[in-house]
Amino acid sequence: MWDLGPTVADVETNAAKGPAVVARGLVKRYGKVTALAGVDLDVPKGTVLGLLGPNGAGKTTTVRILSTLLKPDEGTASVAGVDVARHPREVRRRIGLSGQYAAVDEYLTGYENLVMIGRLYHLGRARAKARARELLAQFRLEDAADRPSRTYSGGMRRRLDLAGALVADPPVLFLDEPTTGLDPRGRTEMWEVIQGLVAGGTTLLLTTQYLEEADRLANTIVVIDHGRVIAQGTADELKAQVGGDRLEVTVRDAARVGEAASLLAPIGVGEPTVDEHRRAVLLPVSGGSAVLTDALRRLDAAGVVIDDVGLRRPTLDDVFLALTGRPAEEHEDASDDGAASGPAARTPQKETVR
Amino acid sequence: MRVPTVIADADVVARRNLIKIKRVPDLLVFTTLQPIMFVLLFAYVFGGAIGGSLAGQNSLAYREFLMAGIFAQTVVFGATITGYALAEDVRKGIIDRFRSLPMAPSAVLTGRTFSDVMNNVLVLIVMSLTGLLVGWRIRSSIGEAVLGYLVLLIFAYAISWIMAWVGMLVPSPEVVNNAAFIIIFPLTFIANTFVPLETLPGPLQTFADWNPVSSVTQAARELFGNVPPGTPEPTSWALQNPALYTFIWAGVILLIFVPLANAQYRRAASR
Repeated sequence: MWDLGPTVADVETNAAKGPAVVARGLVKRYGKVTALAGVDLDVPKGTVLGLLGPNGAGKTTTVRILSTLLKPDEGTASVAGVDVARHPREVRRRIGLSGQYAAVDEYLTGYENLVMIGRLYHLGRARAKARARELLAQFRLEDAADRPSRTYSGGMRRRLDLAGALVADPPVLFLDEPTTGLDPRGRTEMWEVIQGLVAGGTTLLLTTQYLEEADRLANTIVVIDHGRVIAQGTADELKAQVGGDRLEVTVRDAARVGEAASLLAPIGVGEPTVDEHRRAVLLPVSGGSAVLTDALRRLDAAGVVIDDVGLRRPTLDDVFLALTGRPAEEHEDASDDGAASGPAARTPQKETVR
Repeated sequence: MRVPTVIADADVVARRNLIKIKRVPDLLVFTTLQPIMFVLLFAYVFGGAIGGSLAGQNSLAYREFLMAGIFAQTVVFGATITGYALAEDVRKGIIDRFRSLPMAPSAVLTGRTFSDVMNNVLVLIVMSLTGLLVGWRIRSSIGEAVLGYLVLLIFAYAISWIMAWVGMLVPSPEVVNNAAFIIIFPLTFIANTFVPLETLPGPLQTFADWNPVSSVTQAARELFGNVPPGTPEPTSWALQNPALYTFIWAGVILLIFVPLANAQYRRAASR
C-alpha cells in the first residue's frame, strides 16, 4: 500500500503548509502480537495531538515509528515533510523526543547533559553551551544546573529530559507519556511547561494514559486501543459522542446499588451503569436539574439512602468507557485511594510490559 | 557520514562516559581491587607452591611471571564493562535518545569502546604500581614495554566490541555480567596466565596453547622481559609469535563484531 511515495523535494515543499505529522496505515507486529493494526494520523502544524490509550494500546510503538526508532512493517509516515523510513537522519534533525523514562545521564550534571545533546545535534560547542544555559533557565533548573542529575527529583529529571528534546528547537516534538509516574505537583508543573511550548508554536504529538492530560493539553485527541484508532476529535466532540449529562448517585448500602439502578433507569436516556466498587450508579440523562429532583424523589420513596448525588458533564473517562467497554486503566492512579482494590485489580491489561 | 562527524560525535560520547569515572571513583576502585587482590593472593598464597614448577624455581620469579597474566585477565574483564554499560544505557532509554539524534550512528559504540580503553589504561597504571610494590620489574627497553601494554590494550579493545554486541543484544546489564563471567573466567584461567603451560594436562594444554589470552600474556611477558630464564621454548606457533597471533585475533574479532554490534545498535529498543 501507498507505494507512490512523494519525492523528498515534493514533500519538503508540501511541508510548508501541510500537516507536520502524517501517518498512513502503520502496521507493526512482534511475532504473533500485532502492536499496530493500521494507524492513520494527521497533526496539523502548530497543533497538539493527544494520543490516548491504555498500556499496550500502541502509543509508544507509534511514537517510536514516527521518531525513526522503529521501522513499520507496513504503511508510511512523514514528519515535518520528510519520509521517516527513507530519510531518518533528516527527520532526526527536525524532531525532539522525550520518552517515558527520563533519558538523562545521571552522572552528568543538567548542564553537561544538555551540552552533550547540543553537540550531538551539531550545534557547535559555543552554541550548545549557550543553548544549555537558556533551557536550564526556561525550565527552572538553573540552581541545579551543576549538580549531577541523579540528585534531581523525578519532576526535575523529566523537565531536563524535555529540555533535551528542545535543544535544537525542533519544529516537531514527540512526548511519550511525559507525566507518567510524576506526583500531582510534578504533573502540574510539566503541564505548564508544555503549555508554554505549545503557545510558542511547536507542533506536538503527546501520548498519555491520563484523560485529564489529553483534555487539558491537546487540540485533537486520538483514542487508540489494541493498535487501532477507535475515535478522534476534540475533547468536546468526543464527549458529545457519549451523550450529554450524566447523573451519578452514590448509594450508602452496597447491597442496594442494583435496586437504585433499576429505580433510576426510567428517567435516563440510556442504560444505567453500576460501579459496585464505588457503590455508584451512572446514568446518561437530559433535562438538567429537574432530573436531579426526580431521581431524589424516586430513591427517597423507596428508602434508598444516598451519600452523594450529582449531575456531571461527561469526562474523557466516560468516553473511554463508552468506546471500549472498559474504564481507562490509569483512572485509579489519578484518584487518591489508588490501592490494590482499584480497577487495576480487575483489569488484566494493567500489567506493565517493562 | 563523513569521518570527522563520526570522530567528533564519538568524542562527545566518550567524554560523557569518562565523566562517570571522575564522578564515581568507587568504580575504578572496585575494578582494580580484584586484580590487586589477585596479585597479592597469587604472589603470596599460591606463589610458593606454583613457583616451584617454574624454571627460576622461586616465588620472586613467580611474581614477575604472574604480572603479565594478571594484566591480561584484568584488561579482558575490563572490556566487559562495555557490554554492561551499554545494556544499562539501553535500559535507561539513553540509547533511544541517541538514536533519535542526527548524530553518526556508529559514534555511540565507537565512543563507548574508546572510553573503556581509557578505563583500562587507568587500571593498568594502578596495577603496574601494585606490581612494582611486590617486586615486579620491567626488564626490557621502554619501547618493548610500551609495545607490551599496547598488545594488552588492543586485545581488550577487540573484546570490547564483542561485549558491545552482547550489550545491545541481551535484556539486562546483569545478563552481560553473568555471561561474561561464564565465558571469560575459564578463558583467562585455562591459559599461561597463572601457571606454566607445561603443568597442564594434554587437551587443556592444547587449548591453552592456542587460547588468545595465552598469546596476549606471552607477548606481554616477553616484552616486559619477565620470562624466567631457562623456560623451555613454547611449542605452538601461536606462542612462538604471540604478538602477531594476538593481532590476528584482534583483527578478526573487530572485522566481525564492529559491523555486527553497529547493526544491533540500529535495531536496539528500550526494554
